[in-house]
Amino acid sequence: MSATPPPLLEAEALGVTVAGREICRDVSVRLQPGERLVVLGANGAGKTTLLHTLAGLREARRGEVRVRDRALAQWSEAELARVRGVLPQRQPDWFSATVMETALVGRHPHLGRWAWESAEDARIATEALARLGLGHMAGRNILSLSGGERQRLAIASLLAQQPALYLLDEPLSHLDLHYQVAVLEHFSALARDGAGVVMVLHDLNLAARFADQVVLLDGRGGVVAGLAEAVLQADVLSDAFGHPLRRHVIDGHVTFLLQ
Amino acid sequence: MIVFCALAFASVAAVLLALRAGSLGASWADVLAALGGDASTTATAVIRELRLPRAVAAFASGALLALSGALMQVLLRNPLADPYVLGVSGGAAVGALSALLVGLSPWIVDASAFAGALAAMLLVFGLSRGDGSWTQSRLLLTGVIVASGCGAVVVFMLVMTTDTRVQSMLFWLTGDVSGASRPWPALAVLALGLAVILPFARDLNVLSRGELSARALGVRTRGLRAMVYVLASLLTAVAVTLVGLVGFVGLIVPHLVRLAMGNDQRILLPAAALAGGTLLVLADTAARTVVAPIQLPVGVLTAMIGVPVFLFLLVRHPR
Repeated sequence: MSATPPPLLEAEALGVTVAGREICRDVSVRLQPGERLVVLGANGAGKTTLLHTLAGLREARRGEVRVRDRALAQWSEAELARVRGVLPQRQPDWFSATVMETALVGRHPHLGRWAWESAEDARIATEALARLGLGHMAGRNILSLSGGERQRLAIASLLAQQPALYLLDEPLSHLDLHYQVAVLEHFSALARDGAGVVMVLHDLNLAARFADQVVLLDGRGGVVAGLAEAVLQADVLSDAFGHPLRRHVIDGHVTFLLQ
Repeated sequence: MIVFCALAFASVAAVLLALRAGSLGASWADVLAALGGDASTTATAVIRELRLPRAVAAFASGALLALSGALMQVLLRNPLADPYVLGVSGGAAVGALSALLVGLSPWIVDASAFAGALAAMLLVFGLSRGDGSWTQSRLLLTGVIVASGCGAVVVFMLVMTTDTRVQSMLFWLTGDVSGASRPWPALAVLALGLAVILPFARDLNVLSRGELSARALGVRTRGLRAMVYVLASLLTAVAVTLVGLVGFVGLIVPHLVRLAMGNDQRILLPAAALAGGTLLVLADTAARTVVAPIQLPVGVLTAMIGVPVFLFLLVRHPR
């Protein structure tokens, strides 16, 4: 097994615009199995748009996104959904459903047109719920959940999908500190087992701890991308976020504090 | 599965009851004989030629409306959507009333209602995807506007009519099964509609989790939503062509079924069809027996049952 596996996600000279505004030009990304990439940028810099473009939910203006050496256009929707999973920023709920039913939605791409969820699917969903501390509320109505519980349920549903490539849009929103770290550690564990993780984060210190690579959008179309240690520098971040920051190393961890 | 058997049993029982009940007394033996093909006595002839088509028409249109309502609620992700919200009913009403105004035969009234429904559907569909995007708020807004425009035309026609034709117009507008003479095609459309949508029922479950999640899970949402829209509109058009604007079945029944059995479309869609058919058969049987010999328009009864039930559910299940 000496041959290197194909990169899970690859983008070359990617250009993304939204409503005529340039989000980024010439972004190149290469994510191998086992790697975690964090997308950073100020509000409105286009992190979600970039994530959706990488996920194939939106067309790139220029350039091409490839998953496992195949252009996105050459994947069928169902086939792609078995390999890459997306955690949207918001999970709107219009109708009541149980927590378990919602977690099982993640199994959709793995089921044939006429198939119903099997005992195996139920086992996978149960395990995902337990992983996010929702095991005891499988029968609860989702409309009665708190914001943090809904976010954990959305993550559980994504885990039940079992993709190889995870694209997470603000996975930590509404989560308390304990679950923030637990979620990031779990995705890191999945990466060690060969998954690839792309995530939009806001917390620079968590990014410094959990990123192998960083893509930083400056909001003016410019992009700094590279290994985490290279991008996470005080001057670069101060410029992107419009506030002076200072880099410290505390207990061996890179930490950014407001100046 | 048990619930399905119960619903199927209930619908058969409702139809049998509808065949027996009426001003002309009939025994269960007459009902069975009539169903067996016997039309020799007055009772069996009445059952075969009057009550059977009427019961089938009520069942088919109730089922069509409930199925269409369930689909519209998923399509618009709005629990308050019903089959009429996108203007199909308004178009049908304008078509039917124009034909009634001119005094054309019932056959042409039906055809005209159907043509009006299709015209409204195409108008809403065309306008709401004008810029290529296809958001549900745009669809809903276009539908509501077209519906209210049709409503104005309907009132105009009612005001301009001064003779007895007004009564037949009002009957048509509240829904009336008594004129339905050719119900079997509607039953075929119902079966066809279920056959088309049931393979996509799980995709609809995913779609009700949101457009973005659905696309990320491999659902081709654009094509699916267009299909649901066209199908729900066609089902509604067939139903209103058959029985006029019967209200509340399409709104209430999906909610009742959802409360009883959850929101899994694979169960909800067929169960709503069975329950909607059963409800309308019962309502129509009541409409022609409770104040006999006067026949109430069935829409009056479904609204009289539907409004309090719906309000009760709203109060009991606050969001």
